Amino acid sequence: MQAFLKTGKLGPQSAGPKDAKAGSSGAKKKSAPVPWVEKYRPRTVDDVVEQGEVVQVLRQCLSGADLPNLLFYGPPGTGKTSTILAAAKQLFGDIYKDRILELNASDERGIDVIRHKVKTFAQLTASGIRPDGRPCPAFKIIILDEADSMTHAAQAALRRTMEREAKTTRFCLICNYVSRIIQPLTSRCSKFRFKPLGEDRVVERLQFISSEENVQCDEDVLRCLVKTCNGDLRRAITSLQSCTRLKGKDSKITKEDVFEVTGVVPNPWVEGVLQVCQTNNYDQVVSFIDELILEAYSASQLLEQLHELIVLNKDLTDKQKTAICDKLGLCAFRMQDGASEAIGLLDLCCTIMAVYQG
Amino acid sequence: MSLWVDKYRPTSLSKLDYHLTQAEHLKNLVQQGDFPHLLVYGPSGAGKKTRIMSLLRELYGPGVERLRMERVNFTTPSNKKIEITTLNSNYHLEVNPSDVGIYDRVVIQELIKTVAETHQLDTAGQREFKVVLLSEVDRLTKDAQHALRRTMEKYVASCRIILCANSTSRVIPAIRSRCLSIRVPAPSPEQIIVILQNVCKKEGVTLPPELAERIASKSGRNLRRALLMCETCKVQQTPMQPSQEIPALDWQTFLEDTAKMVVQEQSPKQMSEVRGRLYELLIHGIPPPTIFQGLLEELVKSCDMQMKRRVVEAAAKYEHRLHQGNKSIFHLEAFVATFMSIYKTFMEEMLGGM
Repeated sequence: MQAFLKTGKLGPQSAGPKDAKAGSSGAKKKSAPVPWVEKYRPRTVDDVVEQGEVVQVLRQCLSGADLPNLLFYGPPGTGKTSTILAAAKQLFGDIYKDRILELNASDERGIDVIRHKVKTFAQLTASGIRPDGRPCPAFKIIILDEADSMTHAAQAALRRTMEREAKTTRFCLICNYVSRIIQPLTSRCSKFRFKPLGEDRVVERLQFISSEENVQCDEDVLRCLVKTCNGDLRRAITSLQSCTRLKGKDSKITKEDVFEVTGVVPNPWVEGVLQVCQTNNYDQVVSFIDELILEAYSASQLLEQLHELIVLNKDLTDKQKTAICDKLGLCAFRMQDGASEAIGLLDLCCTIMAVYQG
Repeated sequence: MSLWVDKYRPTSLSKLDYHLTQAEHLKNLVQQGDFPHLLVYGPSGAGKKTRIMSLLRELYGPGVERLRMERVNFTTPSNKKIEITTLNSNYHLEVNPSDVGIYDRVVIQELIKTVAETHQLDTAGQREFKVVLLSEVDRLTKDAQHALRRTMEKYVASCRIILCANSTSRVIPAIRSRCLSIRVPAPSPEQIIVILQNVCKKEGVTLPPELAERIASKSGRNLRRALLMCETCKVQQTPMQPSQEIPALDWQTFLEDTAKMVVQEQSPKQMSEVRGRLYELLIHGIPPPTIFQGLLEELVKSCDMQMKRRVVEAAAKYEHRLHQGNKSIFHLEAFVATFMSIYKTFMEEMLGGM
């Protein structure tokens, strides 16, 4: 009787959580599709697309050599974070969560955090053996992502910590602009520049993903997508996924979808700027700009495309181009700072008009 | 009794009046039960909020419309206490982080973390994620935007973020690349006319087509403003007449008069009077960039091409400074003074040449 009760009780109990677990994980897979960016993050260092030197250094480290302090810099979407995460996973295997402290701009990262959190983590010793008995490097890695948004005081506080704890800790700083990292820090790290990815490699990767995910997409559409993303692989993958989500699974992705998702201003509008400036009619320019803003096209994106158009323009002399580009730069800067789009564009158009008038 | 704007706001994606293919796309997006972070942008009065709310309704059902206000307190690292009002339902949370000025980073870091770290208790019959709706993202500081980037990636499993902005120029590229951006253009005048007619029919009043056309053109393709204007017209005079005067906003007339004063006379005395009027506008809560735009529009009317160029150049310069500093009167005044000097020099040259 007792045994019956016991098994009766235990049976469902032990089965319960298991079932629930299986159910929930199954449901998770079904209902919460992972962003492709996460799904197709490189798992090993060898998976990283291009970036030869870094990969070589990390590979040597994987085979037993020492790891220097690292400083990765380069434009967004070139694989900086992915590379170090993949390397860490390979180095430490299962215990990589204990060996890594990842801090990024969304965490509080003032001087206090550097003084306390980073320091205490750095002072922990790390053994050279994993719990399962296999050897692993006897150090921890502190990843400071988006290091260029750290304050100078916080960066300065890092200097001594970095040297003193060199025995047990390696730092990996990741940033977009190396010029925003203070000199004493850069001199303590070996710097690696991440180049923008080549078009062919990005297309290759996108093709792989789209065949994995059953996305119908032509190669020239992909090329178009890559071009609008300027070698930013993350952005390209996100845009691809957005396209498929917007259109539904079965329909084919066209160039128009790509333009809409990436927020590119259609060419007629960009060329329209120059055309309307050639008329030398102020009121027409004003109404053109109003229209453009009401259509909700992004002015900064327009400036980027306009820049390309002007640089490649054959009708303008070099002097004229200089005058326009000078203003263009000023406008782009002001817009980044939050100035009004309408007035900025108007200013630019006035300059272009003046240039056309000679 | 509520305003027409609120009364006839479409509540579901299938009831939207324009941008129908986009609505179709959004529906596709929701039907898969999941979506990436969204960045919805467009001019004001184009229907961004309406689209977001109908999207949420499609996602969670009518429960999203039961809203409550909450006050949340935060402490900044420098021990300053800040308070922000949030609007939330059981499924989503709406907040305007730029309300707290330069402390918006703390709000973003703390708020999203707390929302994202609480999982839904009962996932059966519910979505696995909550939605945080951040409005006026283009007014966030750079610091806050940087704070947002990794947060967005980290908590993607339990939280979706919808960003709402007027333009993407001020949103850093790192955020743009993490979101699906949805452009909401302003409705065309024809679309506005159709909507105005529909609303009036539902209200049981007749709207003369000529008046509808005039309202549409005067609203600057801003649907909200058009509906408000239409309602004002109705209050003023029922039944509505085709030749009826559309009441202009009084601050706009005030601004026009101010601009006229600047053109009339250029002297320190006039300057101080203009200053008084500018203060008046600021006190009444007209945003400085709007004043700037209005002033520029009026002032260039009395200039020739070459002067226009110089005036616009000055405007761009001072408008930029306006956003950097925080005392707007200085920059407005500087612009007016510059205009006066340009105008006066030109006039004197003209007279001298004669």
